[in-house]
Amino acid sequence: MDATPRELSYAQAIQEAMALAMEADERVFLMGEDIGVYGGAFQVTGDLVERFGADRVMDTPISELGGAGVAVGAAMTGMRPIFEFQFSDFATLAMEQIVNQAAKMRYMLGGEVSVPVVMRFPAGSGTGAAAQHSQSLEAWLGHVPGLKVIQPATPHDAKGMLLAAIEDPDPVMIFEHKLLYKMKGPVPEGHYTVPIGKAEVRREGRDVTVVATSIMVHKALDAAETLAGEGIDVEVIDLKTVRPLDRQTIIESVRKTSRLVSVHESVKTLGIGAEISATIAESDAFDYLDAPIVRLGGAETPIPYNPELEKAVVPQVPDIVAAIRDLVSGRR
Amino acid sequence: MGAARKRTASGDALANLPFAFRQYDAATLRDVLRKMYLIRRFEEGAEDSYTRGLIHGTMHLSIGQEASAMGICMPLQPADQITSTHRGHGHCIAKGADVKRMFAEFFGKTTGYCKGRGGSMHIADVAGGNLGANGIVGGGIPIAVGAALSAKKMKTGKVVVSFFGDGANNEGAFHEALNMASVWKLPVIFVCENNGYGMSTSTERSTAVKNIADRAVAYSMPGVIVDGNNFSEVAEASHAAVERARAGEGPTLIESKTYRYRGHSKSDRNRYRTKEEIDDWMTNRDPILAFETELKEFGIIDDAGIEAIREDVKREIEEGIEFAKVSPSPDVRDVAQFVYTEEPA
Repeated sequence: MDATPRELSYAQAIQEAMALAMEADERVFLMGEDIGVYGGAFQVTGDLVERFGADRVMDTPISELGGAGVAVGAAMTGMRPIFEFQFSDFATLAMEQIVNQAAKMRYMLGGEVSVPVVMRFPAGSGTGAAAQHSQSLEAWLGHVPGLKVIQPATPHDAKGMLLAAIEDPDPVMIFEHKLLYKMKGPVPEGHYTVPIGKAEVRREGRDVTVVATSIMVHKALDAAETLAGEGIDVEVIDLKTVRPLDRQTIIESVRKTSRLVSVHESVKTLGIGAEISATIAESDAFDYLDAPIVRLGGAETPIPYNPELEKAVVPQVPDIVAAIRDLVSGRR
Repeated sequence: MGAARKRTASGDALANLPFAFRQYDAATLRDVLRKMYLIRRFEEGAEDSYTRGLIHGTMHLSIGQEASAMGICMPLQPADQITSTHRGHGHCIAKGADVKRMFAEFFGKTTGYCKGRGGSMHIADVAGGNLGANGIVGGGIPIAVGAALSAKKMKTGKVVVSFFGDGANNEGAFHEALNMASVWKLPVIFVCENNGYGMSTSTERSTAVKNIADRAVAYSMPGVIVDGNNFSEVAEASHAAVERARAGEGPTLIESKTYRYRGHSKSDRNRYRTKEEIDDWMTNRDPILAFETELKEFGIIDDAGIEAIREDVKREIEEGIEFAKVSPSPDVRDVAQFVYTEEPA
């Protein structure tokens, strides 16, 4: 009786979430560079301007700092802006408004205001765009109390988490890996939300826990498939949210598997994997560990242009397979 | 006052009066004087409490700039909004805040406007339309534009004033915000209170244009220069800008030239300006003294009336400080309250 579930690309899923939110709530509007007739640098807003008009799909000047500040001010005064950064790298131009204003306004003002702004960040490498258009800066923003930072890995979650973000009373930063935009997957029609702050076990396994973020969830699942052929049973957790971190799901998994690998594209040092590792080190799951914790992450370099070099600086499926194999076989 | 009424009977005499004396009745003008005193005595009270160790941190006093804050806020309705600066006590009072809750905030108490989380540098009165002072130079300017965007989208009829200092005019946020406000014709008034120095660096040394209002040309909006120590002149410019904003004609940049008597903050040794310069402003261009003189000249108040205002303000300040002293401090266990609207489980 089940029809084949409807499939959308990740970009279409985000667009659908924004359209639904704008239909349901007049306060929701979009701001960003070239999101109108151009449709956004990655065609995420697409033709929304035709449906909702230029007042609700607002092209901004190339003014990331000012634009982010306008979004913060509008959010403080009753609107629900969704601000698209053309590339996540451009967050660096707007850190003042994100870190000093959006994140802290409610606190500084003793709870007298909320800042229900959503900021969208096309992130990650793999497009040949080199060092200034390929970064993964989610750990930067994850370090700031007052923000929520999410990284949906599937079209289903992109729609559901974005809808949750739009309805959230606090500032939510959503990092969308550019290589996921074209990925298709089942996406339910209509409104639904996927909770912020909740990780999900994507694949159950007994031998090792892999905690992955964003595109690395898919790479980890591929690695798990390969290793299943070798008799290694990998549990894959999709972290989904960088802040607030769902520590409990990780702890419960490691209690079961006794081994932990974390994998993300953002730079390894002082990164999300360190926080995941510390979560286990500080919990009773530490007693269950049979092997050292392994962290995979971005190399200590800017993202290079050359495609081979570009691949080499972020974890790939064979890197994950090798790390897990070594860990489980006791070579580490 | 009878004298004021007599003047209103004569059309010709009226036309020659400064704007404020044509625009406001005598009671309103006396209340303006009272509020200017309230701002000054509030800051003196805050400074004194700081010296006594009752307030920690630092503070940035706007003593000498009272006419600017009052003049700009005169045409604003309670629902209109402002964003303010680190030197924002005057803006907060001029917009209508209660000095009791301001002192309580400075004392770090739960009865303060920010429940002890913000202090002087983040003083706000959201219900009264003050979206907050800001510790980042220029930080409030794009936020004001965002508030004006909300007003336009929600058709509330509100206007938004963004106060900032001369230092902020060299921040990128200033330029980006003015440009967007003009492109989108938003109901916002940019008020640069130019007190001559961004901390220690004079505008001559920091700013390529002679007048900050000259920058308005680049953003296709009126740029108006006023004597920030002349209440009437400031109020007149603000009325015009508010009218323009409410009519949907877009933003205005007002440069209010003024002077701060105190140092930048409590760490200032005043090495970048002369005592003679400070004395000259205090003696010859004090905004409260100037306004008082005008009020007396036009028969709106006499010495006894001024004395009564001073006494009344003194009492209000004393009561405010007492309220702050006896108010409860926040519980340390609540330190994470207000980080998020709903705290994550």
